[in-house]
Amino acid sequence: MISPGNIIKQAVLVFSTFLALVPTLFMIMTALKSNEEYAIDKLGLPQAPVLDHFRDVLIDSPFIGWMTNSLILVLGAVILSAVISCIAAYAIASMEFRGRDWLLATSTALMAVPPVVMIVPLFVFYTQLGLISTYAGAIIIYAGLITPFSVYLLTTFFRTIPKELFEAARMDGANSLQILWTVVLPVSLPAFVTLIIVNSLYVWNDLLIAIIFLQDDAKRTLMAGISIFQGRYNNQVPLTMAGMVIASAPMFILYILFQKHFIRGLMSGAVK
Amino acid sequence: MVMKSALRLQPYFYVLPLIVLLAFVFGYPIVRIFEFSFKMVRGVDGPWIGLRNYELVLSQGLFWESVLHNLQLLLAIPAMIAISLLVSILLYERLPGWKLYRIIVFIPFILAVPIIAVVMKRMFQFSGPVNEVLRWFSLDFMALDWIGSSNVALWTVMILIIWRESALGIILFLARLMSLDESILEAAKLDGATWRQRVWHIIIPQMRGVIEFFAVVSVITMLAAVFAYIFIMGGGRGGPGTATMVIELYIFNALIRTSLPGIAAAASVMLFLVSVLLIFPLFSARRRARAEEVGTQQ
Repeated sequence: MISPGNIIKQAVLVFSTFLALVPTLFMIMTALKSNEEYAIDKLGLPQAPVLDHFRDVLIDSPFIGWMTNSLILVLGAVILSAVISCIAAYAIASMEFRGRDWLLATSTALMAVPPVVMIVPLFVFYTQLGLISTYAGAIIIYAGLITPFSVYLLTTFFRTIPKELFEAARMDGANSLQILWTVVLPVSLPAFVTLIIVNSLYVWNDLLIAIIFLQDDAKRTLMAGISIFQGRYNNQVPLTMAGMVIASAPMFILYILFQKHFIRGLMSGAVK
Repeated sequence: MVMKSALRLQPYFYVLPLIVLLAFVFGYPIVRIFEFSFKMVRGVDGPWIGLRNYELVLSQGLFWESVLHNLQLLLAIPAMIAISLLVSILLYERLPGWKLYRIIVFIPFILAVPIIAVVMKRMFQFSGPVNEVLRWFSLDFMALDWIGSSNVALWTVMILIIWRESALGIILFLARLMSLDESILEAAKLDGATWRQRVWHIIIPQMRGVIEFFAVVSVITMLAAVFAYIFIMGGGRGGPGTATMVIELYIFNALIRTSLPGIAAAASVMLFLVSVLLIFPLFSARRRARAEEVGTQQ
């Protein structure tokens, strides 16, 4: 089975995989090097690994606080959007009403509108209301930005559920909320996994909304924190890399632990 | 009677929260950018000034430079498509180890853009590891000042964008490949079709829809969703000088740094109109991508 063609293919794959991994490897190896060692050797494995940079980063910069803020936003926005989208998608997929197709088309079209278009009026309005640097204010914006995708995904999924299931439940005298809860939700777990993964990645990784709407030090997200952190330690590469290892750790660990769900979720959520 | 009208209204109660949320986060801002763009906004409002904001924006060299940079980033798309196609088709062959390769090539998409931009910026420093490797291979002429030279900086950002956005392409293409009808491929193999023939004549033609979809999504990304890359790589200012300035940063600066919401709104309106134009190709590409998939599953 080992043909020359397969060897070339393997080589191409190994090379691409290596390229995909290089920044992560560089980040981890450099974080373990002392400043002196990095000055002489930028490529090799750390000869005398040190953990000092990690300690310095954690003492010096509020990474844990930033992560907590990001987590609050992810939970708030993802849950809010999931609830609102779930109820709406259920109505769109299973009920007849005027304006239904128009609503779905409009909501779906909003996926193509870049977030930067919305920031000017929202910023002015939030300044007026005193909503800048509040969790609630940012959560509403994030929830709004991810909702068109959620509605599209859930509607598409709900429409694949056999009509007979609805009919049977209705015969048993269930009202529509009961049907949603007892019939639709139990079979929709895969769609919700996709929804949670794609949306959490979006909110956790966002920088634009975070630096505009959460300017207060105490409310700063991880990504906004990083952009300040890296500017402050511009010349201390190993220290900066230690910060990046800490910052990427949560998503990385989740990805490795739940790789099956992530891969399936990303692949089915990709054609949004 | 009451029961009946309550039932008729029921769907509207279900979609009401959705309408309120979308109206607030999308509807309200889209209406107001148009209004603001014709006003001299100081603080929260200001007098109507006709087209002055547009005249100002359009006469500014910096705005056009930003537009040009966004357009230059479009050059990354063919590279992204080629890389994604190659890697996803090879993964689809299920060679030994393909599951591990798949986990790793998805990583760029898991890592946040700001994190990866910080790492890449250090790697591409003049005294950084990239140049060290190039010198090691005696390619000294290629050891450029990747971050600090205004002729090169935007190309360096582009390398980062290609590196990360290709992961999305691989995810999309692989999802499509997994739903291909394998019997045709098997038949072609039995007929003695070579690997290249199978890829060119059987696999790629069936992926047209998803390739188009990825291309359109990427156009939107390059024109209006590269803020995080630029903000970190360009030191928050689109630097060196204005070498990596893009429209998003132009809007950000006008709104936050110079407090001119009217100017920011005029630029936002133009960006919005471009995104509206892109909605139609996006919709038709998505429809084709989905039709492709359904077509092969039957």
